[in-house]
Amino acid sequence: MPDSSEGVRIAVDRVLCTGHGVCAQTLPGAIVLDEWGYPVIRSEAVDPEAAALAVKLCPARALYRR
Amino acid sequence: MSGQALWFISRATGVVSIVLITLVVCLGMVTAGRRRPHGESATVVMGLHRWLSLGMLVFLGTHIVTAISDGYVSIGWLSVLVPFTSGYETLLVGLGTLGVDLLVVLLVTSYLRHRIPEHRWRLIHWLSYAMWLVALGHGFFMGTSDQPVLRVVSVACAVVGGLMVSWRVIASHSDGERRREIDAQEWT
Repeated sequence: MPDSSEGVRIAVDRVLCTGHGVCAQTLPGAIVLDEWGYPVIRSEAVDPEAAALAVKLCPARALYRR
Repeated sequence: MSGQALWFISRATGVVSIVLITLVVCLGMVTAGRRRPHGESATVVMGLHRWLSLGMLVFLGTHIVTAISDGYVSIGWLSVLVPFTSGYETLLVGLGTLGVDLLVVLLVTSYLRHRIPEHRWRLIHWLSYAMWLVALGHGFFMGTSDQPVLRVVSVACAVVGGLMVSWRVIASHSDGERRREIDAQEWT
């Protein structure tokens, strides 16, 4: 994976996720929402600071760094 | 004079606290009830819920410290955490104390949320409705009982919060509706 050195990798816990869409708003581009409002991860490596904020703000605690 | 100033500061910060608590509880209900996000709002609501709940502590802390250190009425420092120990307005100050106790539970469990199972955190977080109600009772029957203008603030908080609770009850099943729609459609 060539771009993993530039940022941290994120993932979504599908069971916990309740589709608030906060991660797609805090990580635009890296995460988009499907028609149900649930996140689809486009690029796993994202800016560490933005990732930390997105993980912290996730209301369902479903977004995590891995 | 300084004692009187403390008393006024205490009442003013108390009013600000109940307004902020109502706002934080409402923002929490928006987050809990929403299923389909619109624009940036979900993030703003979530951020405000988290940061206002901490910012509110400044006002609540001032409210409590000035009420006790004022010395005009007898409220002991024990009454910060142990309900119904105040010499002055035992029941109504006790309600405020109960609210503080519940708030401490809410703050600690949310701060340690990453160490608590999600369903347990959620169960504990429902205490915020109880916290809001006792705080409202404390403010309505005691803090603002002889001040019509301040009482309007208490009533407004109750009305806004009550409307939000009804919205929360009605609006939180949008996923269920969507599931029924999908279920009813023709499968090819």
